[in-house]
Amino acid sequence: MNDSLLTDLSIADMQTGLRARQFTAVELAKAHIKAVADARVLNAFIVETPDIALAQAKAADEALAAGTARPLAGIPLGIKDLFCTKGVQTTAASKILEGFVPQYEATVSANLFRDGAVMLGKLNMDQFAMGSSNETSAYGNVLNPFRNSEGKALVPGGSSGGSAAAVAAGIVAGATGTDTGGSIRQPAAFTGIAGIKPTYGRCSRWGIVAFASSLDQAGPMARDVRDCAILLNSMCSYDEKDSTSINQPVPDYTAALTGDIRGLRIGIPREYRVDGMPVEIDALWQKGIDWLSAAGATIVDVSLPHTKYALPTYYIVAPAECSSNLARYDGVRYGLRVSPKHGSLSDMYEATRATGFGKEVRKRIMIGTYVLSAGYYDAYYIKAQKVRALIAQDFDRAFEHCDVILTPTAPSAAFPLGAKSADPIAMYLNDVFTVPASLAGLPAMSVPAGVDSGGLPLGLHLIGKALDEETVLKVGHVVEQAAGRLAKPLKWWLHS
Amino acid sequence: MAVDEKIVKRIAHLARMQLDDTDVAPMMHELNGILGWIEQLEEVETGTIPAMTSVVSQKLKWRADVVNQPELTGGARQAAVLANAADAQFGFFSVPKVIE
Repeated sequence: MNDSLLTDLSIADMQTGLRARQFTAVELAKAHIKAVADARVLNAFIVETPDIALAQAKAADEALAAGTARPLAGIPLGIKDLFCTKGVQTTAASKILEGFVPQYEATVSANLFRDGAVMLGKLNMDQFAMGSSNETSAYGNVLNPFRNSEGKALVPGGSSGGSAAAVAAGIVAGATGTDTGGSIRQPAAFTGIAGIKPTYGRCSRWGIVAFASSLDQAGPMARDVRDCAILLNSMCSYDEKDSTSINQPVPDYTAALTGDIRGLRIGIPREYRVDGMPVEIDALWQKGIDWLSAAGATIVDVSLPHTKYALPTYYIVAPAECSSNLARYDGVRYGLRVSPKHGSLSDMYEATRATGFGKEVRKRIMIGTYVLSAGYYDAYYIKAQKVRALIAQDFDRAFEHCDVILTPTAPSAAFPLGAKSADPIAMYLNDVFTVPASLAGLPAMSVPAGVDSGGLPLGLHLIGKALDEETVLKVGHVVEQAAGRLAKPLKWWLHS
Repeated sequence: MAVDEKIVKRIAHLARMQLDDTDVAPMMHELNGILGWIEQLEEVETGTIPAMTSVVSQKLKWRADVVNQPELTGGARQAAVLANAADAQFGFFSVPKVIE
């Protein structure tokens, strides 16, 4: 089988092909290593690890031959550079962690490798996962494999922009992402792929560089819903090393993809019809409603009255936790150290942090430090945590009337590089539909559902009850089937 | 609640991030833009609502009171702990002189 056929396969088809010995894991790895090298103009990777990939692929072939292969044997993945990978540089796309080589493996990536996955490298992202366009990385912007009708470069979304671009470009079969306010779902929508953020606590946070610990959650990104379910099976686990890990059995998520949603109640939150929402997004949402209704689901109107306060709440809670988590970067134990001549310890801290953190990160640390400081803590942080409780309560009430909620994933398709850099709040509004579920810790998924008039991908978003990833995946699968085959990016980087 | 230049400098010091004098005013404008937008939360009636402390309803578990649990995050890993230090000497992290 030729290389481009191998890199276009779904994970499910790779599993079948490997077991039927139609191709070997080493052949699959080599095809992907070449595809990664050919697509460097996308800047999706910070570090490529071809040697590790080949060694893991060889081990996968041996396990396949011996009949001891685990579910992901030979499946080539990219790992977001937020996951600590033992012996492989992990930077969170920052200068402050340049050269940091973890001495241990994150639980989620360890789970994937235990199940036989092959690592192609570490994927670019917004610095410390702070951004919605992958324009805050210290290692350069990532390009969306889709370009607009004028051939202009577009952002892949963020913060898991490298993951999204690599999956959409067909240079990795799947990738890990992390989602704090929409960082899996929005880039998935911008690049025409699927991505799920499971319930907070489903995937261990151990070994993931922390941004906002009460919101951070890992999840898979892949070209279809089934592939996400396959990866999620391996990524989820109870972990004693994460105090917020949920100790519940992990079901086989692929078993949920029955296509049968008859009798399920789909909630449509009226507050998500925001002002200025493009007609095309609204039309796609209506299409999704029609598809699910035609498949036998019941459509119900629900209300999430505090929706408009979710973003400002998020921009207190997330920076507050960020300022606390990022206090650890002090030039002492790991990462960059900048020592002014004859400077004190404090001068060293201040110079290191000012040099090592990017602009957006510094801004969020400043906001977080301010809202947690004496005299402002109650007015900002406690107030936000109260509003957050109200937002979670809105979902509890809505789920008395429905089983899953359907919304658009993002208020627009992918935009050109630099288009929103001047206005931070316009940038933050990218996450208007994804942040509420993050604040409530609920599972949520983006599924590719259509394209806009310029041929750019658009996603639909499903929010489920806590620990009910299965319904989210089941309904996402039906949306995907109804949407049919959508355009893939033209591989222009092979000809440029 | 807008911040002024004095508060911005104080926050930068609390955060241990050097902020050059020329960067104070731009940072102040950035922060005020965001703080002004966040202020809409004041409209929300939150009188008796308890602040959220845990996003999933579960009790934080306690670990056993055992030192150096090797399978978890225990000790006896000096070399690994020091491996990424900017300056490790004699098995310690080394920092600029603190006491004259």
